[in-house]
Amino acid sequence: MAAVAHADTHVHGHEEAHEHHEPQSFIKKYIFSEDHKVIAKQYLISGIVWALIGGFLSLVFRLQLGYPGIDLGWLKPILGERWFDEAGKLDPNYYIALVTMHGTIMVFFVLTAGLSGTFSNFLIPLQVGARDMASGFINMLSYWFFFLSSVIMFCSLFVQDGPAGGGWVVYPPLSALPDAAPGSGTGMTMWLVSMAIFIVSSLLGSINYVTTVINLRTKGMTFDKMPLTIWAFTFTAILGILSFPVLLSAALLLIFDRSFGTSFYLSDIYINGQALPNQGGSPILFQHLFWFLGHPEVYIVILPALGMTSEIIATNSRKPIFGYKAMIFSMLGIMFLAFIVWAHHMFMTGMNPFLGSVFTLLTLIIAVPSAVKAFNYITTLWRGNIIFTPAMLFSIGLVSFFVSGGVTGIILGNSALDIQLHDTYFVVAHFHLVMGSAAFFGMVAGVYHWFPKMFGRMMNSTLGYIHFWTTFIGAYMVFFPQHYLGIAGFPRRYYAYTGFDFTNKYQDLAQVSTIAAIVVFAANLVFLCNFFYSIFWGKKATQNPWKSNTLEWTTPINVGHGNWEGEIPTVYRWPYDYSKPGAAEDFIPQNIPFSATPESNFPYENELIKEEKEIEGIQFDYSIPD
Amino acid sequence: MSNKLNKSNTATTTVGVQEPAQVLSVNKWKFIVWLFIITIVMLFASQTSAYLVRRAEGNWAEFEIPSIFWISTLVLIVSSITMHLSLQAAKKNENTKLKTLVAITTVLGLVFLGMQYLGWQDLQQQGIYLKGNPSGSFFYIFTGLHMAHLGLGLGILIATFIMAFRLKLDSSNTILVEVCATSWHFLDILWLYLFVFLLYFR
Repeated sequence: MAAVAHADTHVHGHEEAHEHHEPQSFIKKYIFSEDHKVIAKQYLISGIVWALIGGFLSLVFRLQLGYPGIDLGWLKPILGERWFDEAGKLDPNYYIALVTMHGTIMVFFVLTAGLSGTFSNFLIPLQVGARDMASGFINMLSYWFFFLSSVIMFCSLFVQDGPAGGGWVVYPPLSALPDAAPGSGTGMTMWLVSMAIFIVSSLLGSINYVTTVINLRTKGMTFDKMPLTIWAFTFTAILGILSFPVLLSAALLLIFDRSFGTSFYLSDIYINGQALPNQGGSPILFQHLFWFLGHPEVYIVILPALGMTSEIIATNSRKPIFGYKAMIFSMLGIMFLAFIVWAHHMFMTGMNPFLGSVFTLLTLIIAVPSAVKAFNYITTLWRGNIIFTPAMLFSIGLVSFFVSGGVTGIILGNSALDIQLHDTYFVVAHFHLVMGSAAFFGMVAGVYHWFPKMFGRMMNSTLGYIHFWTTFIGAYMVFFPQHYLGIAGFPRRYYAYTGFDFTNKYQDLAQVSTIAAIVVFAANLVFLCNFFYSIFWGKKATQNPWKSNTLEWTTPINVGHGNWEGEIPTVYRWPYDYSKPGAAEDFIPQNIPFSATPESNFPYENELIKEEKEIEGIQFDYSIPD
Repeated sequence: MSNKLNKSNTATTTVGVQEPAQVLSVNKWKFIVWLFIITIVMLFASQTSAYLVRRAEGNWAEFEIPSIFWISTLVLIVSSITMHLSLQAAKKNENTKLKTLVAITTVLGLVFLGMQYLGWQDLQQQGIYLKGNPSGSFFYIFTGLHMAHLGLGLGILIATFIMAFRLKLDSSNTILVEVCATSWHFLDILWLYLFVFLLYFR
């Protein structure tokens, strides 16, 4: 933090000492670190651990769905004796708890903290040209709040009554009454506590990201020269700042209903024939508050992935991103619309049909900016010199999932169609493609692409290709059959298909899903081996292995504390000067001035040469103390 | 140290003349505080809209708001004035005045907290408890949440007082006092909003 803007050593020579960092103790360097790169890696490793747990839980319930009553007794040592009968059959209460925890873990701990936490932390200072985050301390606090919330959530998996079991949306009254079900007891309390801490962590992180982007950009890094990754991370952070407090609100009132006897969400309830004293509450109120966060949350998950893949696709197509400003404005549009569509999750709550059609209209408008993005991806790829690195393949995979999942979104957004499809496997298939798989692919693409910058080594690309093709085909195999289950009317969160005649005949589709899920999980174990092996024994990376334009590739191969040795580079051009006509190489990094590339400048760029002196003349203002 | 001049891309100043350019960015700590304020605004906005949604559904008990809340409101407004004066004192390098005024503000904040608590007791004498009709529950939640946030504000005030006591604050280093003033005024305005809201939508 102290070294953030001390690049201009001429002005403040005596402060130069801050740049030579003393060797730090192990704890300060790797555990309670304030360095954004270390914090990013901490988030990444935590995210990977959570993804393993979340994925494992999904396999357990997928086995039950594909093969109802299957003997899962061999899981007793891990999950506990209590949840399996003598024949090893899974307990239905535990089944719903597994579904709940899978959702919670994947949405919040993997795709929010693991994705934003890793890449916002890692890339924002490196790509805007800052020595570190605005406040390293708040950043560290953010990670350790996340860690605390992780520990609580993890412990809740093993409490006596099992983890929370009301679905990841924790609708009251089920979640508000500890006596309602086993999953509403201690597990639910821990869920709420953990999420409250998670929200604090997420807010601290988001505040830091926005402040860094606004205040700590290097010389010449104007908003119109920022990489799309940074735009996406900023929008994500703003979404978080505006929506997570509302979830805190909802959780707070729920905590009071659970533990202090208030009646915000409860009214006219009988348990075991006994009337509860709670009068006058409204469970729908919770849904409004929850989905006011819940809908922006899906964009918190997908926007960073979209930003990173924009960068990766432009780099590996060796072409400027198509529609840079259109990309920014479509993300802005998505961000704005995210706040006014929440009720499309609530078409079935008996809302006024007119209100339903208003929300239908608003929801369908989201298709416009989303389509702009999809077309921009495709036109960027069009006639590019495409290099199929694993990161590139995963980015293209994201575009594929984003489109095929988005199409079903148009179907679900219609309030009339939603009456049939609400809470069926069609919804499950839709969001697992458009938000789950797409965001996951974006995250994996990011890992492959920025791995050389993180660890100074390359990942094995052959294993990367195996990982990609298995996961890509596998994910479609998992979720495509579920569309048909959903259209046939099979509800989500049900313990078995075999109970009803109309679903019996779809058992084979469920089995396809299950088998594919196991294969995908195995493929990701290959990825993990590749990841951890490459950290230690991977091929040594070069400084700019993907021939990319952004600033992070101007840092040393093993980036030290403070990111750049000596002065932070100055930025003169946008980050997408790939394959520029006349240029010697097919990329011109952002820190190359126009005056150095007369052969490839456009006429208006020759005009900009005059401004270069002025950009270089910008000085950090020390008259305002920190 | 974190401030830099982020020039807009349209060049307005003449090239070559090394004049100190306009400062377009704010201090990062001030920026962070404003972002925190936004999160708190969102928290209370969602709470009050939940209140309105719930109220519109009927079955809503009305009760008198104890008069002590009027006095506590006045106390908080006065504390905001003393906070403002302490910022001016800091800017004028008047350390003794700064210390006194920050101490007065802290004490007034504590008095406010005490009065809110007494107000709760008055409410309980009226038969309004946290349990019961949501109108009463909401009243306790709003005041309680505000008190929790005011506690954080008191923490900043005490930090400011300690720094002032150690003579770390002068006219060249007013960031802490400014941050303190911004958050304290915000907490004041937040309470005024909640109070008027609760009076109007009883």
